[in-house]
Amino acid sequence: MAVDADTLSLERPRSVNEALKMLAADPHLVPLAGCTDVYVGLHFGTLPDRRFIDLWPLEELRGISVERDVLRIGALTTYTDIIQSKIVQKRLPMLAAAAREVGGAQIQNRGTLGGNVGNASPAGDTLPVLAAANARIVLKSDQATRHVTFDSYYTGYRKSVRQPGELIAGIEIPRVDGRQWWRKVGTRRAQAISKIMIAAVRGRHVRVSFGSVASTVILARKTAAVLQAGGAIAEAQAALGTEIAPIDDIRSTGEYRLKVAKNLLEQFWNETQ
Amino acid sequence: MARAVGNNVRRKDGDAKVTGAAKYIDDLSFPGMIYGATIRSTIPRGIIAARTVSLPEDFIVADHRDIPGPNYVALIDPDQPCLAVDQIRHVAEPIMLVGHADKHALIDVQKRVAIAGIAGTPNYDPEKSDLCFKKISIDKGQIDRGFQISDFVIDGEYRTAHQEQLYIETNGVIAVPGDGAMTVYGSLQCPYYVHQALVVLLKLPPERVRVVQTETGGGFGGKEEYPSMLACHAAILARKANRPVKMVYDRVEDLLATTKRHPSIVRHRTGVTRTGRITAMDIDVIIDGGAYATLSAVVLSRGVIHASGPYRCDHVRIRGRAMMTHTPPNGAFRGFGAPQTQFAIEAHIDRIAGELGIDPVKLREINALRRGDTTATGQKLGKDASALPVLRDAVRRSQYAKKRRQWRGTNRGIGVSLFFHGSGFTGGGEVNLASKASLELTARGAKILVASTEIGQGTRTMHAQIVADALGVPFNAIDVHEADTAFVPDSGPTVASRTCMVVGKLLERCARDMKKRLGRLTPAQYFRKHGSFTVTSQYEPPPGLAWSDDTYAGDAYGSYAWGCNVVELEVDPVTLEVRLLNITAVAEIGKAIHPMMAIGQIEGGTAQGIGYALTEEVVMKDGRMANATLTNYIIPTPLDAAPMDVGIMERPYQYGPFGAKGVGEMPIDGPAPAVINALRHCGFDVRSIPATPERLMRAPRPQAPSPKPHEIHP
Amino acid sequence: MRFTLNGKARTVNTHPMKRLLDVLREDCGLTGTKEGCGEGECGACTVLIDGAAVDSCIFPAAHAEGRKVITIEGAAAARHGKALQNAFVVHGGAQCGICTPGMILAAAPLRKGASLHEIQTALAGNLCRCTGYPAIFRSVGAALKSKGKARRGGRR
Repeated sequence: MAVDADTLSLERPRSVNEALKMLAADPHLVPLAGCTDVYVGLHFGTLPDRRFIDLWPLEELRGISVERDVLRIGALTTYTDIIQSKIVQKRLPMLAAAAREVGGAQIQNRGTLGGNVGNASPAGDTLPVLAAANARIVLKSDQATRHVTFDSYYTGYRKSVRQPGELIAGIEIPRVDGRQWWRKVGTRRAQAISKIMIAAVRGRHVRVSFGSVASTVILARKTAAVLQAGGAIAEAQAALGTEIAPIDDIRSTGEYRLKVAKNLLEQFWNETQ
Repeated sequence: MARAVGNNVRRKDGDAKVTGAAKYIDDLSFPGMIYGATIRSTIPRGIIAARTVSLPEDFIVADHRDIPGPNYVALIDPDQPCLAVDQIRHVAEPIMLVGHADKHALIDVQKRVAIAGIAGTPNYDPEKSDLCFKKISIDKGQIDRGFQISDFVIDGEYRTAHQEQLYIETNGVIAVPGDGAMTVYGSLQCPYYVHQALVVLLKLPPERVRVVQTETGGGFGGKEEYPSMLACHAAILARKANRPVKMVYDRVEDLLATTKRHPSIVRHRTGVTRTGRITAMDIDVIIDGGAYATLSAVVLSRGVIHASGPYRCDHVRIRGRAMMTHTPPNGAFRGFGAPQTQFAIEAHIDRIAGELGIDPVKLREINALRRGDTTATGQKLGKDASALPVLRDAVRRSQYAKKRRQWRGTNRGIGVSLFFHGSGFTGGGEVNLASKASLELTARGAKILVASTEIGQGTRTMHAQIVADALGVPFNAIDVHEADTAFVPDSGPTVASRTCMVVGKLLERCARDMKKRLGRLTPAQYFRKHGSFTVTSQYEPPPGLAWSDDTYAGDAYGSYAWGCNVVELEVDPVTLEVRLLNITAVAEIGKAIHPMMAIGQIEGGTAQGIGYALTEEVVMKDGRMANATLTNYIIPTPLDAAPMDVGIMERPYQYGPFGAKGVGEMPIDGPAPAVINALRHCGFDVRSIPATPERLMRAPRPQAPSPKPHEIHP
Repeated sequence: MRFTLNGKARTVNTHPMKRLLDVLREDCGLTGTKEGCGEGECGACTVLIDGAAVDSCIFPAAHAEGRKVITIEGAAAARHGKALQNAFVVHGGAQCGICTPGMILAAAPLRKGASLHEIQTALAGNLCRCTGYPAIFRSVGAALKSKGKARRGGRR
């Protein structure tokens, strides 16, 4: 790869507490989980960091459970864990659906939910799901634990409210009221970065989220409001046009993404009647 | 005794490959070996003003001044420098080489070499280029007469783009210097091409240069000529360092710097009678050669010869040009010009069918070449002219007629393409190659000595089958020597679908000669009594072939294989993604020496043709491939694979070994137009590939399908 | 770094961030695992870690600590390993062979009698350029059907 391993360092804490202490002392250590993004960045020379902290062995950050009707997923839960979890299949099938379309088996066995959130790509496969599900991110530091609603987690392109010294410990998802719907449009049927992605919930409230249409995942509030108020699909599609700003890149065009986003919105609405 | 030919004998290279024992170039090491890296241009055009190297002494640095012979990579034209002197003609053009014992020291070495230059204005448009590598004209009959007798004239313009061969093993070589000698090991298709390039560049006598092919992880033409450049680079460093030098490209460098399929613009003007008989074909072909000539002249040759498709027509005019642009030189890729021009003719035929209101299959039946007809170059076809049988078989298998009716007005489409592919080098090419094959008697049988390379297609196995049967010994009694120029004669390159038909035939002759000499003795008996002997055969053209390079007329190829594809697909109205439902591929190939491996060529080539049609796009920005990673150059994954129904027909070619023609390339000629024709059937007028969903969104929809629930009209 | 490699305990003195691919090929001298892209996209570098397929080109040595690693050189001992190896030879799953080690290991975790869709899904992270995939599916299907010990098939 484009980096000599000898130029890198890896701290290997034996517990979350130890990890947090290390991060308090050196807040710029980059956390390593499944490595599926970090190692690609190192390979292409796009990741400038050289000092890492290994979270992978920390079992405390794994696990899927339901407590007081809230689904809790540890940050190190892999896509394979998510796909195989009966709890997730029952309570959050759109997350299992998203996990199934990440990469291929090799990536699913290693990529983690916490890593997807932490990597903060606008194309992150689970992010529209977490937005539509009104998830909360659990951040831990040496000093405190806090919960941040997903809607306020990202502040800009690959930027979040997570402070240096904080780790994503887990993700909490309250019970989702209504039908869940999800679809990813990629360049092929596997191993594809999404061109556009939608996760949506239709219940007493409507929530619609899109990925790969802006510098962060977008919760399309105006669009959802139109649908919830009984507005026509065309009106909702027009609102959507004001909430997303898809661009041309090497994978697709803004024109395509915008048109397909509107089509996906309509498909969601028709299929969740 | 059990015959090998026609049976699925156990592949000779199979067990080593499935156990991890097979050694590819990056698996090899030599004592004292160092690593090499290439410093490349970052601009598409310019003049080098100065070079500044800030590297400590433990780095070896080489440039054009370290080349003992003339500074070009010998191929056809001597126009491509091995290392740039002062002119830059494309991004990634090699300028300097750097070597070091620690491969990690070469990471980012490009940053420590500063090339100062004056940028020029690049041209990326082949139609605006002022450098033509090659022009070819084909004339048959009188084109004006052909239009006079037509009832309708239909025009069309069709475009194809770059395609990357995408062998899963990247290019790599190891150069090992000797005393006034050089040996290069590498992942390559043509040991003698590399040999020739090294002899010229290093100014060494041929017997002091040795090239050894290592197990090669795919080629598809991408390792036909490029390895010569890489071998020369490694050899220059090896000579300077006096140490073995390994240069294995990572995927990004391979994508950025090595050859791609030539983009094309093909224009048709076709005269037809109202009953569908083609009376005139006027075809203009432009291919984009990139910055240097490499193989453009030959790609153009095959492209223009196949440009009129497998159809009979008395009046044909074909004009072809290969033009220079300031992009990395394009080169060989399976099909070699024929996928480009047959894409155009087959897409055009369906448009003609639409204009005339004639079924596309019927139109093809009316005009398909038959026994006794002549091609665009005036070649008269014999009884192995199989256009109609393959067409009818594919149409029957796929239930084309029923689906064509039933799917009209829906988001499903079914499309057909009919194609052919000449086997071997064009015209006098095989005579010029004067290929040789040798067979050496061994204690248990015989050993094959050819320069043909196993690159996955099954060369070793197929050649051994031919020899085993011709010699009358079991398949396992035949060994195949490594493709090592120190031991094997020049059998010509492993390209042009010639490895079975041409080199296999040479081996068949060797085996028959050997058998005669053995008399009543078995190889073991003869060996015990008299020791070994070697038989060599040299290419002799089949009788009655005549070709003129001046008029570009005559018998272009000894024989043609024939193919037909039917593609069934569905377009998702929400996303315009294309879902392939079924692909039918029927191929007439003379004789399937190893049926399973022949099917492997058909299935593999078909999959590459599907990628060419739908997803494989080289995004060029300012003369540079912007999507040079496997994440962003999209080939199909196992989940994208559609069911494939393959049929093989055999009409023996008299001068092929056991009747075999070539099979390797033809399967990639047909899928792309069949896809485009299926898209036309469900309402999309697409005339260029890849037909990505983004392009489908912009394509004209002459007859939009009737609205259905959830269907969205773009 | 201590781990089990192809059934044998192994200790390697290596940087924890070195790619497992390089540890296997260089430190352990096992060149059967291939690099096709370096970015976790082609699957040619697939190995099994505790029975699960991963891309070793984006896997740090540190994460192999204490794990059971199987490469193609040890595939014969993996579940379905021998049957897959033979089937790839006999049914055309291997042409140039560069994707074959990764392909075989990615198929190894499948269950007997796996459907075509399950096979495609298990192999979705493995690219092949030679076969177009049908022969690979036939090879895996045949391997997962075979009873008992692998038989060496095909004419000789």
